[in-house]
Amino acid sequence: MLVPISWLKDYVDITLSVEELAERLTLAGLEVTGIRYIGIPQGEPPEGINLPPSDHLVWDRNRLVLGAIREVRAHPDADRLVLALVDYGDDELEQCVTGAPNLFPFKDQGPLDPPLLAPFAHEGAEVLDGHANDGSRMILKERKLRGIPNRSMVCSEKELGISNEHEGIMLLDWDEFGDMPPGTPLQDVLGDAVLDIDMLPNIARCYNIVGVAREVAALTGAELRLPPLDVVAEGPPIEGQVRIEIREPELNPRFTFALLRDIEIKESPGWMQRRLKLTGMRPINNIVDATNYVMLELGEPLHAFDYDVLRERAGGNPPTIITRLPEPGEHLVTLDGQDHTLDDFNILVADQQGALAFGGVMGGLESEIWDPSMEVLDATGVEVDEDGDKLPHGKAAARRVSTTNVLLEAASWNIVSTRRTMQSHKMNTEAGIRFSRGVHPAMAPRGVKRCIELMRQISGGTVAQGIIDNYALPAETVEVDLPVSEVDRLLGFEIPRDEIVRMLRALEFTVEEDGDRLHVTVPDHRLDIGTGLTGRSDLVEEIARVYGYDRVPITVIADELPPQWGNVALEREEHLRDALARAGLREIVTYRLTTPEREALLTPQGQSSDWPDVPYVELANPISADKTVMRHTLLASMLDIAAANARHTDRQMLFEIGHVYLPVDGARLPDEPARLGLLLTGPRGVPDWQDAGDTAIMNFFDLKGVIDTALRDLRVNGTISYQPVEHSSFHPGRVAELRINGRAVGVLGQVHPLVCEVFDLGLDLDRPVLAAEFDLDTLLADVQTLREIAPVPTQPAVYQDIALIVDDSIPAAEVEAVIVAAGGDLLEAARLFDVYRGDPIPAGKKSLAYALTYRLPDRTLTDKEVAKAHAKIAKAAQTRLQADLRG
Amino acid sequence: MLEQLDSIYAQALDELSDITTGDALSGWERRYLGKKGEVTQLLRSTGKLPKEERAAFGQRANVIKNELIGAFAGREEAIRQHELATQLEEGALDVTLPGRPVQTGGLHPATQTLREFYAVWAEMGFQVFRSRDVEDDETNFTLLNMPPHHPARDMWDTFYTTTPGVILRTHTSPGQIRAMHELGEDGTQPIRVILPGMCYRYEQISARSEVQFNQVEGLAVGRNIRLTDLKGTIAEFARRMYGEDKRVRFRGSYFPFTEPSMEVDVECILCGGEGCGVCKYTGWLEIAGCGMVHPIVLHNGGYDPTEWSGFAFGMGPERMTMLKHGIQDIRYFWGNDLRFLEQF
Ligand SMILES: [Zn+2]
Repeated sequence: MLVPISWLKDYVDITLSVEELAERLTLAGLEVTGIRYIGIPQGEPPEGINLPPSDHLVWDRNRLVLGAIREVRAHPDADRLVLALVDYGDDELEQCVTGAPNLFPFKDQGPLDPPLLAPFAHEGAEVLDGHANDGSRMILKERKLRGIPNRSMVCSEKELGISNEHEGIMLLDWDEFGDMPPGTPLQDVLGDAVLDIDMLPNIARCYNIVGVAREVAALTGAELRLPPLDVVAEGPPIEGQVRIEIREPELNPRFTFALLRDIEIKESPGWMQRRLKLTGMRPINNIVDATNYVMLELGEPLHAFDYDVLRERAGGNPPTIITRLPEPGEHLVTLDGQDHTLDDFNILVADQQGALAFGGVMGGLESEIWDPSMEVLDATGVEVDEDGDKLPHGKAAARRVSTTNVLLEAASWNIVSTRRTMQSHKMNTEAGIRFSRGVHPAMAPRGVKRCIELMRQISGGTVAQGIIDNYALPAETVEVDLPVSEVDRLLGFEIPRDEIVRMLRALEFTVEEDGDRLHVTVPDHRLDIGTGLTGRSDLVEEIARVYGYDRVPITVIADELPPQWGNVALEREEHLRDALARAGLREIVTYRLTTPEREALLTPQGQSSDWPDVPYVELANPISADKTVMRHTLLASMLDIAAANARHTDRQMLFEIGHVYLPVDGARLPDEPARLGLLLTGPRGVPDWQDAGDTAIMNFFDLKGVIDTALRDLRVNGTISYQPVEHSSFHPGRVAELRINGRAVGVLGQVHPLVCEVFDLGLDLDRPVLAAEFDLDTLLADVQTLREIAPVPTQPAVYQDIALIVDDSIPAAEVEAVIVAAGGDLLEAARLFDVYRGDPIPAGKKSLAYALTYRLPDRTLTDKEVAKAHAKIAKAAQTRLQADLRG
Repeated sequence: MLEQLDSIYAQALDELSDITTGDALSGWERRYLGKKGEVTQLLRSTGKLPKEERAAFGQRANVIKNELIGAFAGREEAIRQHELATQLEEGALDVTLPGRPVQTGGLHPATQTLREFYAVWAEMGFQVFRSRDVEDDETNFTLLNMPPHHPARDMWDTFYTTTPGVILRTHTSPGQIRAMHELGEDGTQPIRVILPGMCYRYEQISARSEVQFNQVEGLAVGRNIRLTDLKGTIAEFARRMYGEDKRVRFRGSYFPFTEPSMEVDVECILCGGEGCGVCKYTGWLEIAGCGMVHPIVLHNGGYDPTEWSGFAFGMGPERMTMLKHGIQDIRYFWGNDLRFLEQF
């Protein structure tokens, strides 16, 4: 929200600098995200604070001043130029040559009384270039314009950096500035600063200038001056000229009308236009501008109807305005020309003939304020950030003559239904924004009175006496009992009771003191204070906020420390991460959102999938086509990442630890088991200048080695086995299931070449992609937390090799098991060091060579003992595996 | 014979002075001092001399032998020194050649930052409590004091699922409710936890926004937890995380589940508060939102808000990582380009 300081000062005296004020407001929860300076220099930042430097145009106090154009003369040699004779406070008049079209009506009219007030720039002044769009600047120099020397100028808003307006020069109302002497520095006339305040949902009450002024008053201790609500009403009473019927008091608790007759629609006065522009609104005409102005000032959105249209619709009788829910199939054309089919929760303003407006959000086209020379718009209908191009012109244009009688509405609308209506009809209007955040019903009569009087002052009409006020559902007065001790308990330090009372009263709370308790009554401009405990908490926040969070002392928690439990699952998970990083793998974190189609690609066409056969957690409102469901597996996203990296990196060793999401029958929320994914591809090492490096391509056993290493690092306790299995995403015969103590942990293997191909990793069988996906909980379930460290051997070992020729079909794990069993206590280790097939080994056989280590912990083995053990192993291999001894 | 001895001596010394290699030295040793060497032979023939000459000859021969052994040792040492010097000289390397690369792994920057958080908060007595990603609307919003259609719900752009009432969590705050129920033992036990986890936001992915991001929430509940404690705790965190001398600023804010609510700024870690592009020339970086747990939230967690109080805070680790390392594009995190990851 844009808040001009000059406007704020109407309601509260401000002695702080703009920058200090911005800091105070920010600390109090009204975050000032930017300050726009109009002509005045940026001030020093408050102590300890930095401010972004502003590069705005600062008006030279000597060279940019208030000028009074005493006379406008024709240029002797140019029709499109005139000569303005400007009084800038000196004895002589300065002659400016200008093409400003808005001076032409005054050409050759003789001396002007009163003169035209305009910003005047002396020779040497710096202004913005009116013809450039890049914000470039220029210094005024003397030059001839069609033969007449010119060294100064009267300025447009654009040249001063006020707006982009460059159609004519900026003319200032005599009524407003006539008492300022010509030559007054322009900074003192129009200089201003505009705060951009980020309005959080809980401070809807500050979404207006008076609301901000109230905060400033409370923060600085200055007095708040509310705008007057007196109305000069000289017309016949409004009673009997319009009726209001409220059918849904929950949705529309209050509805008020005031009536203004015989107006003249024209431009609103300069001060009003200037303020609207500074707050980002476009001036339209005096009636519309007045509704916008009061909405910005007080926070009550207003809606102006053409009274005669309503009468005409009522057959020439006083209209009855009904607020109600729509009939089935009812339509409404809003003033932006949109035709809306209404939802059953859209509260409407209607008459007996049909719908007129979305209550509190946007008006309808039919009954708008109308001025044939201007566009149709009103406060409730101004689209936020909308430019003029999209405004409606059309069927209503030929309808009628200019509005002369205005029926002004101020009402109160339900927060939730306003929000729903805005969302369902995609309308984001200034009125809707305010009502959807909450406007107290007490604001309606204030808004309507303030606005009708302003309209009267600027449009020359006559106000009907009184207002129509249908208050169908009066808001309850909110009262909160606040023990001062409760403030101390929650804040942790004492704020003097008098200070608490002062701050609350400054925010217009009514406070009665009763011993330790304060009876607080909430003012009827705010809806954000609850009752009971919530109310107390709300008040404590108000107190702390206004007191200043920066003044709140700092303490160390004195409360008892809860028992410190170890988070075993997290510790093991982090250990696993470290183990994998030590093993050379790089951690990745991928999107947990994917598509069923993407994951379906993990199974080659025509095969049935081995991934979980459960539905997906599916998004109802996906933001992009590639993220529609929560994943079932890590593998698809890991392959995607590998494919992306493969464009520049040959060798990849990746892992990810993350959740997958598996809906469970009968449960609303899915299972979210954590998974470990591994992916290896490319050469084992990288070549370097000394040798080619180990550039052999990683295969299944590299992956298995990583897993073994990690399991060893983790100290997984128990029987670890790898069982050959089949899995749809993997190369048949090159995939295993990891089991720990008989429990399946997951699969590892070479990714199916067809899967690699669809994931853009190529079909090359010589460049396998190895992957694994394990259930994290199962993987980490048997991690040993306490374990003994074996003593370092003191006895010498005896080393012997054994090579066994066995059937190709016998798994190596089985051979090793036989060796280990036969070796007994004497055998310390058996390490496979060679697998050989081919001559002289018969076809269908293979030779497995093991390096055996014999040792006893307590004494040296004799040759005889070793020979005996070795023979026993050979024997066992022969009998149990039908193995032949080789060599 | 004595003359013969002296001439051998002279000849041996003479030859020795020309010897520069180990091989030649061994030959010389064999020739003069070996078992069949000339000096040895002469010494052996002592017996052939007349008895009266034997003593003098023997004495002289021994002197000469010892001298030659000494000279030999000296020569041997000189040659060894020389040979080593030659070897060292020949062994010189071009030390500017590249080192042989060692292939290492590493952790994702998001993990690294989370760990930093865990460590700092653990020192302060906050333990890690994790909760689910797919949440119910009730826990994500309603129990956090945001009933349906509450305006504050607009602060979060939510992913809804096709199951009514089930959403992707928009923040880790629903973990507060779950932690209170799991650890609070019906509102009788104090709690001090941090709740890290992935959150989701319905937002177009761009350099500045992501659909998923980590958050770390903190929660302390006790019989005497005060606003001053919250300030003290956050300030302590900032000191440990960003440095002893860093100033911290608290300003009013709004979250439906805390009251009072504050935003926390820390003095810009890049410019030290002088003002730079990263802190948008304010000198401050926003690091956390925080506040006193709202009585309704305490109540929904099973605590009696008249007896118990608490504070909560929330931080964005990816944002912090970006600030710390000057990372301009948040998409790097889940893009997992190895050329990005390997810099951590
Ligand atoms: Zn900075």
